[in-house]
Amino acid sequence: MDLNKRYTPQTWPDHPETATLEGKNKFVGFWLLLAAETVTFASLFATYLALKDKGPSGMEFSASGLFELPLVFAMTMILLTSSLTSVYAMYHMKNHNFKAMQAWLGITVLLGLAFLGLEIYEFNHYVHLGFGYTNSAFSSAFYTLVGTHGAHVVFGLSWFIALMLRNAKRGLNMYNAPKFYLAALYWHFIDVVWVFIFTVVYLMGVIG
Amino acid sequence: MSSNSQKKGFGATIWDYMTTVDHKKIAILYLISGGFFFLVGGVEAMMIRIQLMKAGNDFLSAGTYNEVLTMHGTTMIFLAAMPILLAFMNAVSPLQIGARDVAFPFLNSLGFWLFFFGGIFLNLSWFLGGAPDAGWTNYASLALASEGHGIDFYSLGLTISGFGTLIAGINFLVTIINMRAPGMTYMRMPLFTWTTFVASALILLAFPPLTVGIFFMVFDRLFGANFFDVTMGGNTIIWEHFFWIFGHPEVYILILPAFGIFSEIFAIFSRKRLFGYTALVFATILIGFYGFMVWAHHMFTVGLGPTANAVFALATMIIAVPTGIKIFNWLLTIWGGNISFTVPMIYAVAFIPSFVAGGVTGVMQAIAPLDYQLHDSYFIVAHFHYVIVGGVVLAILAGTHLYWPKMFGTMLSEKLGKWTFWFFFIGFHLTFFIQHFLGLMGMPRRVYTFGADQGWDLFNAISSAGALLMAIGVIILLVNVVMTVAKNERVGNDPWGDGRTLEWAIPSPPPFYNFAQTPLVRGLDPYWIEKMEGNKEGMVYAEPLGDIHMPNGSIIPFVISLGMFTAAFGAMYHMDGHAWALPVLIGGLAITFGSMLVRSLKDDLGFHVTKEELIADNERIQREARALEGGKKGGLK
Amino acid sequence: MMKGPKKWRLFALMTTLLVFLSGCGREEISTLIPAGKVAQDQFNLLILSSIVMLFVIVVVTIIYVLAIVKFRRSKVGEDMIPEQVEGSARLEFIWTAIPIVLLLILAVPTVYATFDLADVTAMDAQDEEGVAENLTVNVTGKLYWWEFEYPEQEIRTAQELVVPTGERVYFNLIAADVKHSFWIPSVGGKLDVNPENVNTFYLEFDKESSELEEGVYFGKCAELCGPSHALMDFKVKTLNREDFDAWVAAMQEEQEAPTETLAQEGEALFGQDGLSCIACHAVNSAGAATGQGPNLTTFGDRTTIAGFMEHDEETLKNWIADPQQYKPGNLMPNAASLNNGEELSDQELNALAAYLMSLKVEE
Repeated sequence: MDLNKRYTPQTWPDHPETATLEGKNKFVGFWLLLAAETVTFASLFATYLALKDKGPSGMEFSASGLFELPLVFAMTMILLTSSLTSVYAMYHMKNHNFKAMQAWLGITVLLGLAFLGLEIYEFNHYVHLGFGYTNSAFSSAFYTLVGTHGAHVVFGLSWFIALMLRNAKRGLNMYNAPKFYLAALYWHFIDVVWVFIFTVVYLMGVIG
Repeated sequence: MSSNSQKKGFGATIWDYMTTVDHKKIAILYLISGGFFFLVGGVEAMMIRIQLMKAGNDFLSAGTYNEVLTMHGTTMIFLAAMPILLAFMNAVSPLQIGARDVAFPFLNSLGFWLFFFGGIFLNLSWFLGGAPDAGWTNYASLALASEGHGIDFYSLGLTISGFGTLIAGINFLVTIINMRAPGMTYMRMPLFTWTTFVASALILLAFPPLTVGIFFMVFDRLFGANFFDVTMGGNTIIWEHFFWIFGHPEVYILILPAFGIFSEIFAIFSRKRLFGYTALVFATILIGFYGFMVWAHHMFTVGLGPTANAVFALATMIIAVPTGIKIFNWLLTIWGGNISFTVPMIYAVAFIPSFVAGGVTGVMQAIAPLDYQLHDSYFIVAHFHYVIVGGVVLAILAGTHLYWPKMFGTMLSEKLGKWTFWFFFIGFHLTFFIQHFLGLMGMPRRVYTFGADQGWDLFNAISSAGALLMAIGVIILLVNVVMTVAKNERVGNDPWGDGRTLEWAIPSPPPFYNFAQTPLVRGLDPYWIEKMEGNKEGMVYAEPLGDIHMPNGSIIPFVISLGMFTAAFGAMYHMDGHAWALPVLIGGLAITFGSMLVRSLKDDLGFHVTKEELIADNERIQREARALEGGKKGGLK
Repeated sequence: MMKGPKKWRLFALMTTLLVFLSGCGREEISTLIPAGKVAQDQFNLLILSSIVMLFVIVVVTIIYVLAIVKFRRSKVGEDMIPEQVEGSARLEFIWTAIPIVLLLILAVPTVYATFDLADVTAMDAQDEEGVAENLTVNVTGKLYWWEFEYPEQEIRTAQELVVPTGERVYFNLIAADVKHSFWIPSVGGKLDVNPENVNTFYLEFDKESSELEEGVYFGKCAELCGPSHALMDFKVKTLNREDFDAWVAAMQEEQEAPTETLAQEGEALFGQDGLSCIACHAVNSAGAATGQGPNLTTFGDRTTIAGFMEHDEETLKNWIADPQQYKPGNLMPNAASLNNGEELSDQELNALAAYLMSLKVEE
């Protein structure tokens, strides 16, 4: 593969992410990885549901009493929006418009950071209420499920930032296009998982 | 850089293997380290049988016995059987589909080194305060109560090696989906590649639950979480579910590639196409699919209730159908064939009755009410050794003989191979057949001793004697390996004379780029087709000779794995309050993530083998082949 | 010349027979000699499935032997190239259909027995006076010993389960520490003893254990539970209903104090002012459980010490002096640690042994 080859929007392929064998391999491999991730999160969800509201006798915390929807709703909206902005970024990637792609990715990263900030605030709030990680089986399951998602957000953000900085000077080519594409795919996955967390943990938690 | 540069120094060879991304060299690494762990697990097995040789023996103390039995199971499953099968998958599947390498050579190397360091970490427990002692199933209540760091070695070691296996699984899936040569449709893939494919899919979906379960265990033991702490609202049955949602597919992850190896052997040494190829493929897929729906048959006595037990009993029985289909298709493959009893074939022939015996006891245990008696008794010990030794280990031994020439370019001695076989096979049945009856006579498994007044003395003595024969068989195999390496008699492309698939159409061992020109596949058993049509080259080509793109070697996989290995020590000792532990944990993670960052930021585009180099290399290969022809005719004898 | 191999064959046959005859094991513990409805049901399933499976094995063996005999290379010729047969849809259908039929034969009794053996609806049945119609025993698995509580009768014992013959006995199982599994092989299959939930099942005992050579059935822990998992045995005494009622009545009475001087000396040592053994071990079956150590009310009646050792004073004294040596990892402190670090004298050990052996409810 020649890194110095210059592309124009006209010579740029329709699907740059799968235009090379390496890209194709990464594309299939990454979808498979997401399958494994899905099983991982399914396991975490199952555990959470099994241990929801379970604790030592006389535990004062329960899902319905603890969670507050407005904050979590705001987080959900932010993350959903960031998914949309990453779609815009990929749209520009496919049109070989590097600058626009970088800009939209930048917005995606900012929204991701905002989500992360709110999540840290939320956890901090619970800990101050006394709902620490070791408080009960319920707390362990909750923090592990939501925290694993949070760790994915951190990883996704680091990935975006690394890609943006590394390629800032040299623009799009067939070598890095699949990387941008996969990072965005990963970001969508994180978003989908959050929708389930919002529904299963928070909505169903508050409603009962 | 190229692997055919001759006569390297010892240090350079070590460095070459540490940095290699070539699937054939990684296969050798898997085979050597898997073989090493197989010997370790074997020594542990012998210690178990010595302890149980007679009633009230005091060869091992109660606590040590539990460590030995735990490490025997864990080592054999995770560190011996699976890596050795991965060795064959690496050595053979890319060749069988006409690929130059796997889809992700770098990740292939990373997968190996993660497995390797995970295995070493787990075994270091012997020297650092005691091995895990809660059984390979590591049931949560006992594991949480276990003192010392044994269980932490288990959890962290399996986490690291589990990541390696998961990476290997994804790699093979993508390789088989994307890298097949022109004409190699799914329904022309050799059965070993098919089983590699399905087993990899099982790895992909089965390892995450185990990883999640183990993480809970780590969090509970090291960070004060309460997943399994009953007094804090936890539930230990969750562990059992996760372990078996992983554990049952794991059995098929082991047995399917074994089936694949035997399928190849039956076809080659009967000189006949696999009978019912399509049925065999669909049976493989079905077994993989059902493998995920039957985990609770390991938990019939847990108290899940009659409805769950009945459903899982019926689901389990269904698996007997595709397995039976396989057995009968193999029988019909050798029926009407021209059977040559080489060592691989003897193993394959011995596999059928052994595995049928293990299979029928499996159906008996699927009968839930009967399983209340059989579960956790020596009957189950007999059953799973019949399927794992009678299936997987026989396949490993057969595969070692079958693929040794392709991996190393020399033949293991047939004569010594037959000695190994007879010792191992007779020893195996002697050891385990009798254990069915021990179980029926009321002997629970995992007991470090038994009283003389319970009627179990004679059978235990017989069982121990059998184990000795198996050990002798393995020792003969080691002698065989050493002698073969020392003699170093080179063999040609198709040393068995009746090879059918692409790997037998290229030199043994193949050049590092495998195929100078990508082959064109014209049907099932492509090499056999070309041979029958009198094609001297054994292949038709899908492309003209041209430059080949190959990946660069890299030390980064080794360093990433080393970082995780280091971090695991930090995590473990951090909880003991050692001041040095936290820096070690952070340092290890920094090494891991730092080297990942280097990998991601540094462009690595590989290199090209030019057409001229290929022509020169081909001339060398032809020269060596002619020399071999001159030396002696044919491969066998 | 003919005689040699024939003799050898006869010998082989005899040996095989011998192995199979001894293959049934001991009546006290073998699942092959069922001593109750549950074990009998399970044994019947074993026989049925063995027959079906034997059929499969025979079919496979015939094809297999014929194939490897008929088609060996030495027979069909070095250069013979066999016909490359693709397969046969008809054969595939046959060997798919027949196993399914065989499995159906197994599936019906499996489902029936699964529900039948789990049927504990009669457990809480009461007659008009509110007395339970069936005997229920609460079993607690603890690190290497078993506690048996009879809630209706308000008595409790340990290590030796006493049950009536000829009726269903219901069991509630729970673990006090790690997971165990409750198994009396000759009477019925096992059920796990979990730390988080009570498991319930029933067993039936057909035969009075006094007819057995050892006088008791052997019970086992079937789930790895620590170093002394292998030694977590218990014994089962089965009595006819009359004897059982008498035993219960004797258990419910206030136990008599020992009369012998040595035993009285032992009682003093056992008590609060001595070594305080009583802090963990109750010697009165009606009392609330202390939970720490086995209830010793029936110690003198038992057939074993610690569930697996000879029931004599010598063994008992060794055990008291150093329990860890015999049952590693158990929770009983050695005697010296209760005696300000000093070993017990022979006199003290004799006294304790005499006292413990005098604890009996049966005559």
